[in-house]
Amino acid sequence: MSKLTDLTITSALTGLENKDFTAVELAQAHIDAMAEHSALNAYITETPDIALKQAKASDKRRASGDAGALDGIPLAIKDLFCTNGVQTTAGSRILKDFIPQYESTVTQKLFDDGAVMLGKTNLDEFAMGSSNTTSYYGNVINPWKREGDNTDLTPGGSSGGSAAAVAAKICMGATGTDTGGSIRQPASFCGITGMKPTYGRCSRWGTVAFASSLDQAGTFARSVEDNALLLRSMSGHDPKDSTSANKDVPDFLAALTGDIKGKVIGIPKEYRVDGMPEEISALWQRGIEWLESAGATTIEVSLPHTHYALATYYVIAPAEASSNLARYDGVRFGHRAKEDDLTDMYEISRAEGFGEEVKRRIMIGTYALSSGYYDAYYIKAQKVRRLISQDFLSAFEKCDALLTPTAPSAAFAIGENEDDPIKMYLNDVFTVPASLAGLPGISIPAGVDSRGLPLGLQVIGRPWDEETVFKVAGVVENLAQFAYVPQTVKKAAA
Amino acid sequence: MSLDKESVKKVASLARIRMSDEELERMMPQLSKIIGFVEQLAEVNTDNVEPLANVVDITPELRKDVVNDGDCADKILKNAPEETQGYFVVPKVVE
Repeated sequence: MSKLTDLTITSALTGLENKDFTAVELAQAHIDAMAEHSALNAYITETPDIALKQAKASDKRRASGDAGALDGIPLAIKDLFCTNGVQTTAGSRILKDFIPQYESTVTQKLFDDGAVMLGKTNLDEFAMGSSNTTSYYGNVINPWKREGDNTDLTPGGSSGGSAAAVAAKICMGATGTDTGGSIRQPASFCGITGMKPTYGRCSRWGTVAFASSLDQAGTFARSVEDNALLLRSMSGHDPKDSTSANKDVPDFLAALTGDIKGKVIGIPKEYRVDGMPEEISALWQRGIEWLESAGATTIEVSLPHTHYALATYYVIAPAEASSNLARYDGVRFGHRAKEDDLTDMYEISRAEGFGEEVKRRIMIGTYALSSGYYDAYYIKAQKVRRLISQDFLSAFEKCDALLTPTAPSAAFAIGENEDDPIKMYLNDVFTVPASLAGLPGISIPAGVDSRGLPLGLQVIGRPWDEETVFKVAGVVENLAQFAYVPQTVKKAAA
Repeated sequence: MSLDKESVKKVASLARIRMSDEELERMMPQLSKIIGFVEQLAEVNTDNVEPLANVVDITPELRKDVVNDGDCADKILKNAPEETQGYFVVPKVVE
C-alpha cells in the first residue's frame, strides 16, 4: 500500500470506510510528515493534539455509522480563519497571541462534516502579497526546486503555506482565501489545484478581513474532485454574513462527468500579454487543444478593460484594507505599544504591529479615500470595476467558461521582485480581473517549464456556476495527467 | 504624480501610523510609483457608468432586529491588552 500521505481525500475516505486504516493513523501519518518538512515553514501553528483528539472522535463516529462528508480528513487551515481557542495571526505581528473566542463559519462547517485540523498555515501578512514573503512568521519555502538548482523558491501568495502544505503532502487539503489571486497563483506555483468560488458562496464571518468586496474563501487539494468535496462542505448561506448568498449549494462532485461536449470555451485575447514566456503560451495552446479534443468548441473573446484591472484592484483593495485595518488600534485586542498618550498609543502600536507591505497598502488606501481624492481614485476605480465585470458578462453570452494561464511565470526565487511593488503586483495579472468580477476560478496544474517547475491553467466561470468550472477543470486534469512530484517530497520518500 | 514628504506625512497621520523621517523618505517614491500606476484609470471613459460596490446579484438580507447574541463579556475582554472590572483600559483621554 502507498503511504497514507500520498492519498487523495476521496481515496482516503474509501480507505476509512473500508477500515483499511483509522482516522487516528491518518492524522498521525500527517503529523509525522509535518515534522519531517518543518523547514518549509508552511505552518505558523501546528495543532497535533487537536488533530488526534478530533481523529479519535471521528473514528468513534464512523464506527457508529455517523460519519460526515469529510470525516477523519486531516486539513490545514489558513491562519486567516479564526479558530476557537487557537492562535490566529493573519501573518501579522499585530495579532501575535490573539486567541479567538469563536469559530469562523467556514472552519465550523468543515468540522461539522468531520474534518480534522492539523494546524494553521502561514500567509502573507493580512493576505497582502504574492510570495508569502510579507509574513511576520517568516517565508514559506516552495517544496519545488528548479532542476539542478537548490535556490529556495516562493510558494506564491498569499495562501503560500496552505499551497506548500498540500504540495508537500503534509495535509490532504487546505483552506485558502482569494482576494486577487491568493488561491490560484500559489496553486499554480506549487503544482496543485486551487479553487476560488463565486463571491458570496462561502461566508466571510470569522475570516480576518482584507478587502471585503473581494475576499472569498476557497480550497486547495491534489485533485479537482477533492476541491469539489471540500467546497461543498464550506459553502452555504450564513445569517452572520449578509453578503453570503442564500442559494442552494449544488453537488459539485456530480458535475465532474468529464462530458464537455458542446460547451463553448472562450479564450480572452487580451490575456496574450507582451512578454509572456513561450512555455506558458505553449501550455495554454495545449489546454485549448485538450478541450477541443474532448468535444468543446473554443472561440476567441474580448475583455477590453483587462488592461485596467490591476490599477483598479490597487485602488479598491487598499482602500477597503485601510478601512478594515483601522480596527487594529491597540484597544480591544492585538498588539499595544506601552504609551501614556492615546494618539501615541494608536500610532506606535500600528507602526510596531504592521509590516512594510501592509503599511504601504494602508497608506495607498488612506490616500485614495482622503478628502479631495475620493472621486478621482475610489469612485473612478469602482466605475472601471463595473466595466470589467460587464466585459465578462458579455463574454459569457457567447461562451460557458474561459481558459487562461493562471500566472505569468513559474515560481520565482525568494527575494526576487521585491525591489519594485508594481513588479510583484503583476503576478496577479490573470487572476485579478475575475476577482473584481466576483467570478469562480480554478487553477489546475497542467505542465512544467524547462526547469521542471509546475505551471497552472485557469478556468473561469459564470457567477454561481462552479459546476461548469469543476467540469472543465476535470477534463483539463484528465488530459494533462500531471504526475510530477516536488523534489522535497521525493527526497523525503527516498 | 509624485507625493512630497509633507503629503506622505499627512497620510501617515490620517492612517495613524507613526513614521520616522527615514521611513517617510523611503515610502515617498514607492507611494508615488503606485499612485502613478493607478492613475492610468483616468484614461478610461466612465461617463454614465455607475460605481460597482456589490459585485454579485444578491440583495443582502435583513435579519429581525432582535438580540441574538451576548452575555459574553469575558470572551470579549479575553484578548484585551489591558482590562479591569469588565472594561477595556486605555490611556487617559480627558484631563
